[in-house]
Amino acid sequence: MVSATGVRALIDERGAEFEGYTFGFLDDMAKREIRRTILKAVAIPGHQVPFGSREMPIARGWGTGGLQITLACVGADDTIKVIDQGDDASVNAVNLRRLIAKTTGARETLTTGEATLIQSRHRIPEERMTAAQILILQVPIPEPLRHVERSVASARAMHAEADYARMWLALYEDVVRNGEVTAGAGYPVMVNGRFVMAPSPIPRWDIPKLNQADTLFLFGAGREKRIYAVPPFTNVQPLEFDDYPFEIEAFPNMSCRRCGATDSYLVTSPQADGGTLSVCSDTSYCDDVLAGRKVENQW
Amino acid sequence: MGYSSVRGGMDAIEHAEALIAAQVTDSDHPVALPQVTDHVELLLDQVMGEGGVYDLDLGALAVKQAEGDPIEAGFLLRAYRTTLPRVGYSFPSSGRQMRILRRVSSAFRDIPGGQVLGRTRDYTQRLLDFALRDTPPKTLAPAGDLDALPSGAAPEEFPLVIDTLRADGLMHEAPRRTSDDEPFDVTREPLRFPSTRAARLQVLARGETGAMLSLAYAGMRGYGGAHGYIAELRYGDLPVQISHPITGGPVRIGWVPVTECYQVVGGDEGAQHTHDGTEDHEHVQGENPEYVVSYGIVVGRNERKAISMSILDGSLKKTTKSGAAIEDEEYVMYHIDSIEAMGFVEHLKLPHYVDFVASVHRTSKVRELVAAARRG
Ligand SMILES: [Zn+2]
Repeated sequence: MVSATGVRALIDERGAEFEGYTFGFLDDMAKREIRRTILKAVAIPGHQVPFGSREMPIARGWGTGGLQITLACVGADDTIKVIDQGDDASVNAVNLRRLIAKTTGARETLTTGEATLIQSRHRIPEERMTAAQILILQVPIPEPLRHVERSVASARAMHAEADYARMWLALYEDVVRNGEVTAGAGYPVMVNGRFVMAPSPIPRWDIPKLNQADTLFLFGAGREKRIYAVPPFTNVQPLEFDDYPFEIEAFPNMSCRRCGATDSYLVTSPQADGGTLSVCSDTSYCDDVLAGRKVENQW
Repeated sequence: MGYSSVRGGMDAIEHAEALIAAQVTDSDHPVALPQVTDHVELLLDQVMGEGGVYDLDLGALAVKQAEGDPIEAGFLLRAYRTTLPRVGYSFPSSGRQMRILRRVSSAFRDIPGGQVLGRTRDYTQRLLDFALRDTPPKTLAPAGDLDALPSGAAPEEFPLVIDTLRADGLMHEAPRRTSDDEPFDVTREPLRFPSTRAARLQVLARGETGAMLSLAYAGMRGYGGAHGYIAELRYGDLPVQISHPITGGPVRIGWVPVTECYQVVGGDEGAQHTHDGTEDHEHVQGENPEYVVSYGIVVGRNERKAISMSILDGSLKKTTKSGAAIEDEEYVMYHIDSIEAMGFVEHLKLPHYVDFVASVHRTSKVRELVAAARRG
C-alpha cells in the first residue's frame, strides 16, 4: 500500500485532477471492507461473500466489482493491466485502466508478464500467470444457480447445504434435449469439492487454467454485491458426467491471421468480401508470438 | 475491427468525450444552473431523489451535464455521493412537523387542519400554451412565498389523517421504535432477504419513478396490488434535526422538501397485511379486521412516485400472497433501481465476441449431433 508521502507526491505531480479524490478513489473504510471481504473469500474458496459494493463512477455491469477489488489492492508501485475480451485497447478496458492509473499513479502495461495486477473481463490470459500476480475477473452474474433458482435467498440456502441436485438435473436435461451440455462461456465449476461457482463468462478454453494454478483469482460482482475467490493450488473442476466429459473449444485447421499462432483462443470477424478473419483474442500473447518471444502458455 | 479492438481505444474515447462536452457547452444560450433549479424543478427533484443527494446546485449541474437524462444525472450524483464520508444521522422527523404546502385526502371530504390544493396540474387542461414560446423576463418570487398559506391560516402542526383512524380504533397504534438505532444503510450494506423495513423504504425511496409507476399500475390492474384509499397525500418541508455537538439536544439544520403518501387498506384486505412489515405487529387473519397503512415518501415534488411507492409497500406487506411478482421483495427491490438496471441492460453494448465464439462452438456441436442423428 502507498505511504502518505507517496500520495502527496502524486498530488504534487498530478495536480488538481487528483486532488479531489482519495488514493484509489474509494474511501479508506471501503477499501478496508473490501480487503476483509477478499480475505474471507480466499479462506472459503468458491463461496460468494456479500459486501457493501460502492457506487462507482463507472456504470453497473461495466466492471465495478472488478474495479473495486483492483482499487482496494493496488499500491503506487503496482503495474496494472486491464483487458476486455483479451484486448487492452478495448474502449471500456482503456477507460477502466485510465481511472485506476489516474487515481493511484500505478504504472500501466499491456504486457501480461509485466503486470502485478490484471483486471479482466471474460478472459484468462494465454500466458501462464505466476504466484506474484493476481487476476481480477469482472463478474456479471455471480450466482451459478440463478437459472435454476431465481431467488437469491433460496440459492444461498442451497449453497449452504451443498444442495446442487437441481443444477445437476438442469445439466442432465440439457444433455437429454440437446445431446450435449450447451453451456458455452461461463461453464459452472466445482471449487475445492464444495461450492459450485460461476467462473464469470470466460470461454471453456480458460476453465482448466483455474485448476491448481500458481495465481490468485479474485472475482468481483459490483451490481450483485458479491466477491469470491479461487486461491492458488485449489481444485477447480467443471461439472461433467462420466459419459459426457467436458470439452474445450477447438480451432482445427485455424491459426491467427496476425501472428500465426495455432495454440490460442481465436475470435472471428466477418469481412466485407464475405470471408472471415480470425485473430488471437489475447492481444498481449499475439504481440509476443509476432515478435518471436517465447512465453509459457501451459497452465 | 470496429469499436472494441481498434488499437486507438484512448483516441476514440477522447473524441467521444469531446462530442458530448460540445453538446452541453457549445451554444449561443448555454443553460445556466439557476434555469434548471427554477424552471426544471420536477426533473431536478426526480434526479436528486433517485441519486440520493439533496443539493440543488449539484443536482442542476448533473442535469445539465447529462443533457437532461434523469437516469444519467442520478448516476452522476450517486457516483459523487459515494465519495462523501458519513458524518452522522439525523433524528427522525414526524410528518406532523411538516411545513405543509399541499395536502389532500381522497378518503374524507373534510380533514382536521383542512385540505390544501397547492401547486398541482391535476385540474388543468393539458393544452400546449403557445404564449410560453416567448416569455418576457420576470423575477421569480421565492417558491416558499408563492406556496405559503396566508399568514395566520396555517396551524403550527398538521395532524395526520391516520391519527383519526387510530383514535377511532380502526387502526393499530404506531409501533414504538428506539430512535438511537443506527439505521440500515443500503448504500453501505448488501441487501439480505427478508429485508428490514428501513432497507425496504430506502430502496423504494431511491427507486426509479417510471419503473415504480409501471409495477404499481400492474398491481392495480390485478397483478398483486393492494387496493386502498389515499388517506393523505402531502407535500411540504420536513425539518432536519441533528444532535447538537455540545448540548447533545436536537438542533434544526435545515429543511428538506418531500412528498408523502399515506394509503390505508382496510376491511378483509387489511386483515391480510402485516401491520408494519416484517419487524412489527403481525395481524393474524381472522382477527377483527382493521386498517393498515401503506406508506410512500419521496424527496421533492413527485406525487406519482409517492403513490406508486405506497402501493408497492402495501403489496410487499401482504402476508397472504397471490404469487404476483410485485408481492415478491427480491423482484421489486432488485429491479426498480434505475442506475443498476440501466448499467446492466446497457452493458450489452460491450463487446461479447469471446463469449459469442464459445456459443457458436456449442451450437455447431449440437448441429453436428442433429445432422448425425438424421443420417441415422
Ligand atoms: Zn495472434
